[in-house]
Amino acid sequence: MTIDTARVLDVDDVHFAYREEPVLRGVTLHVDAGEFVALAGPNGSGKSTLLRVVLGLAPPDRGRVHLLGTPPGALQRRWRVGYVPQRSVLPEHLPATVTEVVSSGRIARSGWARRQRAADAQAVEHALESVGVAGLGQRRMHELSGGQQQRVLIAKALVNEPSLLVLDEPVAGVDAESQRLFRDALVHLQREHGAAVFLVSHEFGAVADDLDRLLVLQAGKVAFDGTPAEFAATGVSLGVHRDDMPVWLEGLDERARER
Amino acid sequence: MTLPLPWPFDREYMQLALLAGLVVGTCAPLIGTFLVQKRLSLLGDGIGHIAFAGVAVGIATGVWPVWTAMAAAVTGALAIEWLRGRGRTAGDLALALFFYSGIAGGIVVMSSAGSLDASAMGYLFGQILVVSPGDAWTIVAIGAAVTVTLLVTWRALLSIVIDEEAARVGGLPVDRLNLLLAALVAVTVVAGMRVVGVLLVAALMVLPVGTAQRLAPSFRLTLVAASATGAGSVVLGLAAARLWDLAAGGTIVLVAAAAFALSSLVGRRPGPALGAGTR
Repeated sequence: MTIDTARVLDVDDVHFAYREEPVLRGVTLHVDAGEFVALAGPNGSGKSTLLRVVLGLAPPDRGRVHLLGTPPGALQRRWRVGYVPQRSVLPEHLPATVTEVVSSGRIARSGWARRQRAADAQAVEHALESVGVAGLGQRRMHELSGGQQQRVLIAKALVNEPSLLVLDEPVAGVDAESQRLFRDALVHLQREHGAAVFLVSHEFGAVADDLDRLLVLQAGKVAFDGTPAEFAATGVSLGVHRDDMPVWLEGLDERARER
Repeated sequence: MTLPLPWPFDREYMQLALLAGLVVGTCAPLIGTFLVQKRLSLLGDGIGHIAFAGVAVGIATGVWPVWTAMAAAVTGALAIEWLRGRGRTAGDLALALFFYSGIAGGIVVMSSAGSLDASAMGYLFGQILVVSPGDAWTIVAIGAAVTVTLLVTWRALLSIVIDEEAARVGGLPVDRLNLLLAALVAVTVVAGMRVVGVLLVAALMVLPVGTAQRLAPSFRLTLVAASATGAGSVVLGLAAARLWDLAAGGTIVLVAAAAFALSSLVGRRPGPALGAGTR
């Protein structure tokens, strides 16, 4: 079996059931190095489950996942995958500073039992700058707005300069300014560091124009895989009643028509 | 050997109490800082109940109760963490089963052996004023082990507190670190057993943390401030207990609770999230 090393994520015919209820029914997709790919789909389509399988948090019942060329469980140097989970689960009164939170992401690369070095501190500073929170390093997390907190968590995922950044609904409910800074950070990571971005979301807002490819997951299967323009040309049907389509999908559709 | 310390620590029994109390007062909040963030504030309380069953077995069989309490507490802590990690705790019910079985089992075993007397009360509520040199040095050894382990692992434990799933994706041995934390809680409970008793040791784990996290500007300084508050509570509590002839363990915990109440009044951090409505 040959493995395409330019392919940072390769998912082939993956099936997964939760309590015997099929959630993923033969998902096949890939993300190439340096590509910016978004995964969309209605609630309950299996997006979050797919991410858990892709990241090795849940083994597939059937099919094959390769993350950076190997099965997720066998992946060495795991820091090469950055992950921003859905909706932060930060403890409400966490007394940690912004710098401490981002540094905690760095230990995946620097080693968890080691003291932080100058290079680690620089990486933390750089990550904070890239999401526009450089001046907030000594603030405690719970003093920040929701949008600022989310950007700090993205900085935490960026701090190791990953080859693949995976984000699950990262901008849900975040203000417009934070969305714009978030978009700038992703584009910077992709263009300057050649990283691939795999983004799962209901709302693409600021990043819609930067996507290389769009995947739509429906009822546990990939219902669409192509460019945003190709998607617009399909006429946004995909078997979902128009009233049920997420707002972003209509927005994306209209933007593509205007071009 | 009596050191030339000022009143109230001028007697040997008070100096041994101070040594044991300072170790527990310093270490328990270090562990507690992680428990509070993980919303496991009552874990220490539960493990204390289980440790009591171990004490009972030790007294009934003639083995030094510290060993049997240690075995029971560590086994119980690992079992609870194992259940918790699999999401099979059914709310707090499975934990409650462990906790109350522990203390009920302890009482039954002790009464069967005819030892449900003052010594049982000593383990339940502490007997810091009769700590022997052997007890004190055992507590010092446990404290040193807990502190060194936390110095090595605190960054990784903080990473898990912030986001367990992201830590897992990053390759941290999350399950093993969670088990390690549970085991540290268990040994700290056993160290605190002689100082404030199995029923009150959890208070020293969480109350100083509540005080510290209102005042400290970072996680690292929360650890330091929580330890300092715990140690300060022990010193003031022992002094007050000697001055007014009070139960030392209870007095130490009341001082820690008073510090927490005071910090709520004077140490309020800048209010809720700035611009929280943007979330």
